[in-house]
Amino acid sequence: MCFDDRPVVTVTLEERVLARNDDLARANRELLTARGIRAINLMSSPGSGKTTLLERTVRELRRPVAVIEGDQRTPLDADRIRAAGAPVVQVNTGAGCHLDAAMTRRALDDLDPPPGSLLFVENVGNLICPSLFDLGEHARVVIVSVTEGADKPLKYPYMFAVADLVVINKTDLLPYVDFDVDACRRHIAAVNPGATTLTVSATRGEHLPDWYAWLTDGAG
Amino acid sequence: MHELAIAENIVDTVCTRAAGRPVRRVTVRIGALTAVLPDAMRLCWDLAATGTAAHGAALDLDLRPAVVFCRACRTDQRLPDMIPLCPCGSADVTVTTGRELHIVSMEVA
Repeated sequence: MCFDDRPVVTVTLEERVLARNDDLARANRELLTARGIRAINLMSSPGSGKTTLLERTVRELRRPVAVIEGDQRTPLDADRIRAAGAPVVQVNTGAGCHLDAAMTRRALDDLDPPPGSLLFVENVGNLICPSLFDLGEHARVVIVSVTEGADKPLKYPYMFAVADLVVINKTDLLPYVDFDVDACRRHIAAVNPGATTLTVSATRGEHLPDWYAWLTDGAG
Repeated sequence: MHELAIAENIVDTVCTRAAGRPVRRVTVRIGALTAVLPDAMRLCWDLAATGTAAHGAALDLDLRPAVVFCRACRTDQRLPDMIPLCPCGSADVTVTTGRELHIVSMEVA
């Protein structure tokens, strides 16, 4: 206990807790911007249709797409994206519930997305934790599906508060579920007045041109 | 459970700054708009600090409420939830406190 006779001193730090992550995220963003790559952080609860929307986007968007897939386990989503025709790297977080800037950087080094491409980072399905971690993206998209309930933006406000765009997915199921689209839009506007909202069906292709237009104009 | 990742970030930072000296106490400021739960932070703290220079260090949390300045009625208002709306009905507000996530200070021996 050689330290015991030392006086206890208070050191003022005033340092951001996530300073390291934020610095790495800024470096990622600079690297991507320099290569003409736009990066989109795609977040939602599990099962909202992130991967289905991406499969379709890979096939239909007239711009090269590359994908970083985040999941706790399995390469299943990466297999789907690869089958759709885009270069992809799977990140398995193990016990982790979100991606961070360091994981994103390692995945970027492996993926090496082509200059001028659109890079999607499909975050771990989780409506809470990923909202805190900047990955170096240029835009944040949150997906909510009509099977989840229109009150999700009020129940998980942190996530919806950071979104540039909220996509309401699975509109083909509207006849079968009790989901009030207007109420959902109001709840999104309440927690995030600046967010854009789109309604789509990724499986049926309804309103996907709106999504592609946003990717080209809003995020591109 | 992002609080574990947050706690590990804090432990890394204070141990680096302590440069080998044992850390006795750490004060962290958490705003109500940051999605960081104080109880979960306390739960993760000992786990993250075990085996480091911050092993056994006390964690003090300085919790800050969500406050907005309303440009319509020119008052500061404390928010009861995450919805950036002034009681006067205006949404023309700026968040003044509630987004803090800072390591304020530490005590080292």
